[in-house]
Amino acid sequence: MTAAASLRERAATFGLTVEEYDLLVERVGREPNALEAAIVGAMWSEHCGYKNSRPLFSVFPTTGPQVLQGPGENAGVVDIGDGLGVAFKMESHNHPSAVEPVQGAATGVGGILRDIFAMGARPFAVLDSLRFGNLDSPRTRFLLHGVVEGISHYGNAIGVPTVGGEVTFHPSYQENPLVNVMALGLLKHEDLAKGTMGAVGNQIVYVGSRTGRDGLGGAVFASADLSDASGADRPAVQVGDPFMEKLLLEATLEAIERGLVAGVQDMGAAGLVSSTCEMAYRAGLGVDMDLSKVPTRETGMVPMELCLSESQERMVLVPVPGREEDLLDLLAKWELDVVVIGSVAAHDRYRLFWQGEVVCDLPVDVLNEAPKYTREGVESPEIRAARERDLTDVPVPADLSEVLVTLMGDPTIASKRPIFERYDHQVMTNTVVVPGAADAAVMRVRGTTKGVAATSDCNPRFVYLDPFVGAAAAVAEAARNLACVGATPLAITDNLNFGNPHRPEVYYQLQQATRGIAEACRALNTPVTGGNVSLYNQYNERQPDGSVRTVAIHPTPTIGMVGVLPDVERRATLALPEGQHVLYLVGDHAADVGASQYLETVHGLEAGRVPALDLALEKRVQDAVIALIRAGHARAAHDCSEGGLAVTLAEMAVAGGLGLTVKVDAAGRADALLFGEAHSRIVVAVPVGHEEAAEALLHEHGAPFHLLGFVGGEEVAISLPRHDLHLSVPLPRLQDAFTRPLREALA
Amino acid sequence: MSVAVVQFPGSNCDMDALHAVRTIGAEAHLVWHTETDLGRASAVILPGGFSYGDHLRSGAIAARSPIMNAVRAFAEAGGPVLGICNGFQILTESGLLPGALARNEHLHFVCRPVRLRVENASSVFTDVYAQGQELTLPVAHGEGSYYADDETLARLHGEGRVAFTYLDNPNGSLRDVAGVLSERGNVLGMMPHPERVVEAVLGGTDGRGVFESLVAHAERAVAL
Repeated sequence: MTAAASLRERAATFGLTVEEYDLLVERVGREPNALEAAIVGAMWSEHCGYKNSRPLFSVFPTTGPQVLQGPGENAGVVDIGDGLGVAFKMESHNHPSAVEPVQGAATGVGGILRDIFAMGARPFAVLDSLRFGNLDSPRTRFLLHGVVEGISHYGNAIGVPTVGGEVTFHPSYQENPLVNVMALGLLKHEDLAKGTMGAVGNQIVYVGSRTGRDGLGGAVFASADLSDASGADRPAVQVGDPFMEKLLLEATLEAIERGLVAGVQDMGAAGLVSSTCEMAYRAGLGVDMDLSKVPTRETGMVPMELCLSESQERMVLVPVPGREEDLLDLLAKWELDVVVIGSVAAHDRYRLFWQGEVVCDLPVDVLNEAPKYTREGVESPEIRAARERDLTDVPVPADLSEVLVTLMGDPTIASKRPIFERYDHQVMTNTVVVPGAADAAVMRVRGTTKGVAATSDCNPRFVYLDPFVGAAAAVAEAARNLACVGATPLAITDNLNFGNPHRPEVYYQLQQATRGIAEACRALNTPVTGGNVSLYNQYNERQPDGSVRTVAIHPTPTIGMVGVLPDVERRATLALPEGQHVLYLVGDHAADVGASQYLETVHGLEAGRVPALDLALEKRVQDAVIALIRAGHARAAHDCSEGGLAVTLAEMAVAGGLGLTVKVDAAGRADALLFGEAHSRIVVAVPVGHEEAAEALLHEHGAPFHLLGFVGGEEVAISLPRHDLHLSVPLPRLQDAFTRPLREALA
Repeated sequence: MSVAVVQFPGSNCDMDALHAVRTIGAEAHLVWHTETDLGRASAVILPGGFSYGDHLRSGAIAARSPIMNAVRAFAEAGGPVLGICNGFQILTESGLLPGALARNEHLHFVCRPVRLRVENASSVFTDVYAQGQELTLPVAHGEGSYYADDETLARLHGEGRVAFTYLDNPNGSLRDVAGVLSERGNVLGMMPHPERVVEAVLGGTDGRGVFESLVAHAERAVAL
């Protein structure tokens, strides 16, 4: 057997199909060597090459006057005025967190922060979107503890506040949790940096941690299904050092600010190879690099390891010609390991040397142009049946007050305070709205009157039952959450977490979800500036009879959205305020119980149609609430999401330590009116005396509204006059139900 | 007159401390840990963070940084030195304050507002507060549980060297100690973060008093 033939047979071990291997041979014009095959396998993996997902992205709107940097760089950047921009991006660390939660989550934070400061932006906020299985199971407790500890360990030490996110629980994530980390950074327009090699002759500088064997093959690992054997892949999980990252952060930002670098990129998935390949591709040039110069942590490392290690806290810097010495001096001040490993060449090859020999010589464009696959998507008949299930036979519980208490204590809805108290959310002294206090985090922007708001959102049940509407709803909810603090939404980043795209029912979800995101982003004027794709989020469970059962996660396109407040003093939180206030529902009452948390928690049903989303109405409601907040007519605002109107009201009451008395004067099922999850609805607290002005503003924006009642008392009292029903729950009971689950889980 | 804020590799509240001093209208400058001179410092702040990544023990390596010789000399000459969070850990590690900061009793990092009582309102760091005044300041640490032997604790209390105590102890500190003064009263270490609450937009101004007291004394010392 020839060496080439055996490589072809082993293509799968490099993450390539035989067809892909043949395509590689055709494009290069010869058989690759093993190192080359491995490099191509990593570059063409879903994680680096987006081979299944990129064709679907063409539907995304990516431009707008607010977009300074769209997709294709380390992070997107939006303009917030005053010569400032916000770089932001979200990335997943799902598979590493499934096998080693502490380091998996920690390095998720580290990786996304490097993407931000590689843009020349100082990171100022982190949000985490976390999804686990059943809170009661030992495995979930283990993962939850580990992930929270990992984020806490890394984020706290590096000194970037963790200001928000979500934590939800559903059995589909039992073996395959999701850890999506979003980071934001602030930059001056003139400091916007790019991941490019610049021009011929430029030096290529390696800086940061030495290269070890950790994280070997991580990009390929992240692009395959998890199984009961995945524990053996633990060496594919990297180990993070926030102290090193802090030094890298300060050094990189100082270098960019002083104009010493022509290009910069972090070594993320597929390490040294992907960073230098992508930088070369953006510059349209080739590189010559000597692997013998790479600083190593262990002896006896071979080219394959040097190329594909995902050791953390490493960057590639390309100095501005003539400023090389200044850059090296600066890096020395921060006591960082720094080596010139190569230079930018006039050819179009990616050439690597090892002990004087050429060990890799491939065209840069072949490496960067992964094959693209468009597949056939088919909806799962099982899911369609669940969506179309007739819900009229679902009984309305006799005691709806108890239902409210139960929902407040559902782990997905319950207070996440015990988690965010583990995170430093105030370091950098910009956090104006702390986690849990409002629907979005708000950070002030020093030297201006402005604030930046950020949120991450997705309701996976919606996406599961209807990927198009569900994904559009995730964008709508993110924008609504920003509106609830008074911020104008600017743009999104998305983190698409799905199962194995080779399965037609998963591909269908991916297809529909990307279309849904695109439609909502167009309607709400929030272009897509970047994102991350995590496929193969499914677990292959070996059954006692030897068969394999596949458990795919609920499709989870997490939307990270950034907005701006022109005047950070004009904002709202969700807590009912002191003083005399009346409560309005902006939007309409809806007796729509489909796809709700209530159905799942109380009736054990994941079924029904996702409420219809009217994006024009959504926009009017959001614009009206933003106007109310800025005019001082709304002091508190909170949108209706999981648990519906009743839970929204109860959360506002618990946060403010104040009761309320309201009427829901509408027709339809009582449980649906209270706990249904129709979109485009926000409860606002309007100071007494402002009602007339508030109503005029709502009319002006064409937003429907209903007067609900008033703030005060020591209970949440909700009456439904048309049903002759009255709910009444004392605040301490709601408080207790709301705070207990996570407090106990993390004790 | 200018307040020197020392930057160690891994400090992360250095800019916050600098900003807090400037917010109350005083001057501040940064001093890198390899320096041997504090500049024209009228006061010194050792800020919070994870100096040297908390390797070995929190504050242990920073305590042996070149700049700490200058800080020690400055303190011996009676200059005011304030250590916040990791700065407090550095002060105990360098012997400028007694006791030690151990892992929080519940073993977790904790970030939340805590209520404090001003136990000594006559120090150079606290004299704009009233004796017994209650403050709300945030804490953010994993190793903030104050420990000293019984004799030391008794002496600290007896000599009015406990500057602040916790009203809702977040970390298991003995006798609820949140801040400790040196024998001469010119060195204060505290776990809570006053620099995080000097502006109403960030949710409170209870921390201003620490910086106002410090700056007023430093200015007076310069005038003398």
